[in-house]
Amino acid sequence: MAQDGSPDVKTGEVLRFALRGLAANKLRSGLTTLGIMIGVAAVILLVAVGSGASASIEQSIAGLGTNVLTVSRAGGQGSTARPLTVEDAKALVDPLGAPDVKASSPVVSTPVTAVSGGTSYDVPQLIGTNPEYFSTSNSAVASGSLFTADDVSFGRKVLVLGPTTAQELFAGADPVGEQVLLDNIQFTVIGVLQSKGSSGLANADDTAIAPLTAVQNSLTGYGQVNQILVQSTSADSMSAAQAEITAILSARHRIAANQTPDFRVLSQEQLLATRTTATETFTVLLASVAAISLLVGGIGVTNIMLVTVTERIREIGIRKAIGATRGVILGQFLTEATLLSLFGGALGVAAGVVGSQFTIAGITPVVVPGSIFLAFGVSALIGLFFGSYPAGRAASLRPIEALRHD
Amino acid sequence: MNPVIEVTALHKTYGTGETEVHALRGVDLTVWSGEYLAIMGASGSGKSTLLNVLGCLDVPTRGTYKLDGIDVGDLNERQLSLVRNRKIGFVFQSYNLVPRTSALSNVELPLIYAGVGRRERRKRAVAALEMVGLADRSGHKPNQLSGGQQQRVALARALVTGPAMVLADEPTGNLDSESTDEVLAVFDRLNRIGRTIVMITHEDHVAGRAARTVRVSDGQIVEDTSRWHRTGALT
Ligand SMILES: Nc1ncnc2c1ncn2[C@@H]1O[C@H](COP(=O)(O)OP(=O)(O)O)[C@@H](O)[C@H]1O
Ligand SMILES: [Mg+2]
Repeated sequence: MAQDGSPDVKTGEVLRFALRGLAANKLRSGLTTLGIMIGVAAVILLVAVGSGASASIEQSIAGLGTNVLTVSRAGGQGSTARPLTVEDAKALVDPLGAPDVKASSPVVSTPVTAVSGGTSYDVPQLIGTNPEYFSTSNSAVASGSLFTADDVSFGRKVLVLGPTTAQELFAGADPVGEQVLLDNIQFTVIGVLQSKGSSGLANADDTAIAPLTAVQNSLTGYGQVNQILVQSTSADSMSAAQAEITAILSARHRIAANQTPDFRVLSQEQLLATRTTATETFTVLLASVAAISLLVGGIGVTNIMLVTVTERIREIGIRKAIGATRGVILGQFLTEATLLSLFGGALGVAAGVVGSQFTIAGITPVVVPGSIFLAFGVSALIGLFFGSYPAGRAASLRPIEALRHD
Repeated sequence: MNPVIEVTALHKTYGTGETEVHALRGVDLTVWSGEYLAIMGASGSGKSTLLNVLGCLDVPTRGTYKLDGIDVGDLNERQLSLVRNRKIGFVFQSYNLVPRTSALSNVELPLIYAGVGRRERRKRAVAALEMVGLADRSGHKPNQLSGGQQQRVALARALVTGPAMVLADEPTGNLDSESTDEVLAVFDRLNRIGRTIVMITHEDHVAGRAARTVRVSDGQIVEDTSRWHRTGALT
């Protein structure tokens, strides 16, 4: 560091002054370091959580299956809006009107409390659907079997468990053949699905799937369905299938050409796009919270430097009286502030990266390298920027002014 | 022989308006190289104000101060630091050592600011501490030293850069008679090896060590007496 005022004072000496200054008040230096550390760690961690969330959403939507279109209600259409029904789903399987639709599964879903033996577990979603759902949603069986069209026609109370649900209820024992009470209705477990991998916000493995009729009969009633999952014949026929679905449902729901339909047909990419926008907002929100905490850490450094400088004005006076230049004094205090910030920043990077190894609220954080450089760089700049004001003030004092200070 | 200090028509005013204080009202003073000068005067007469200006710790409101023939008023901040570091050793009544820092490090400090290398620095600091009789206390922090010892460390720090003049503002004001004698003995030795000394004191027996005594009253020099004519150039 070539001090403008004093090229002959060695950088090492300035560094030693700064270290001695910091060591003189270890508790205070430690707390300031902690402030910066928390700020930097928060930036890295929260950005990692945000990007982990979007990654998991992408993964879960990809896990939905291939060539899948989701039909759901478009909200807020008033009394004219019609719900989606099982008949709507059936109408979509039409070789003439919809040649590009391969399969169509009505889906009802509801959270239930499952009880088996002494164990009770709240399943976030019990899905009632038809057997096509399994192939459409890429769900393969791990043990036992899946239910059949027969089971649906007879409304048999059979149940296929997601691996997470099976683990929660049976703790490793084989559930196939066991009885499970879903909101006090008895179901028989006939199969367990393979894991799709835990994917953060919505765990696709934390589910239970039963025949549509059985779920409607005992739990949800025969009203509307929540959504219709449609598989197109191939990836290339997706948009054709989308148009066919729209045409059929518009006719059934009596939607005129100039009206907005009361349903929505979305492909995975479109779903992905809407969800991604949501998580981007989420990430930006997290990042701003983190940025604020970094700023607060910076104000902490300024505050500490102000206190340090004020407390040591006499010392500054002594140093100037024996020949310290403005540059050397400035260098000493700037170095102190920068060391605090750099040290806190380095600890914060370590804490942020280590913290990102853990699963937080079901999200596996993904560390964004850019956030590390940004947070570390900002913390170093904070030291220089916020340290320069108090340091500059201290360095500009006339020796006698400083010495008279008490 | 050249004057080390040459001040003319020096004025210093503190504050403005109602709180205005005229601490110096036209001081003229010439100090020759090698002189031992005592400044005496009532409390509040302006002695410290004068010495602070002479030590380049403060700037006068009006008047000129030539140090070794250089007009200090023309110097910039950096040059003033250099003057304080190389030409002046300042000793305060309240010692003013850097706290939590060993005696040796305190004495080394001016040499660090002078850019002296570590080994040379250590050698000269140890020599200075030896001169004030504190070589065995070099590792002690200020709060582990008596007042007299602290003042001798401060003295070692003032003389370690080999300044042409040592300025002291009531250096024995806080000391008992034994410590006073020790400190004054160091000043005597310094003067004997040719250093110029300007010292403020209240005590006649302290002033008695100096060859020349200047009396300040109400911001002006009212008396300037020499016990013997060392240079024969007194005004
Ligand atoms: N920083 C200051 N602000 C205002 N007045 C001051 C200041 N320093 C000294 N004075 C005033 O200037 C006068 C001379 O002070 P000083 O030089 O300290 O006297 P002495 O050292 O002879 O006791 C006094 O009246 C004192 O109150
Ligand atoms: Mg005084």
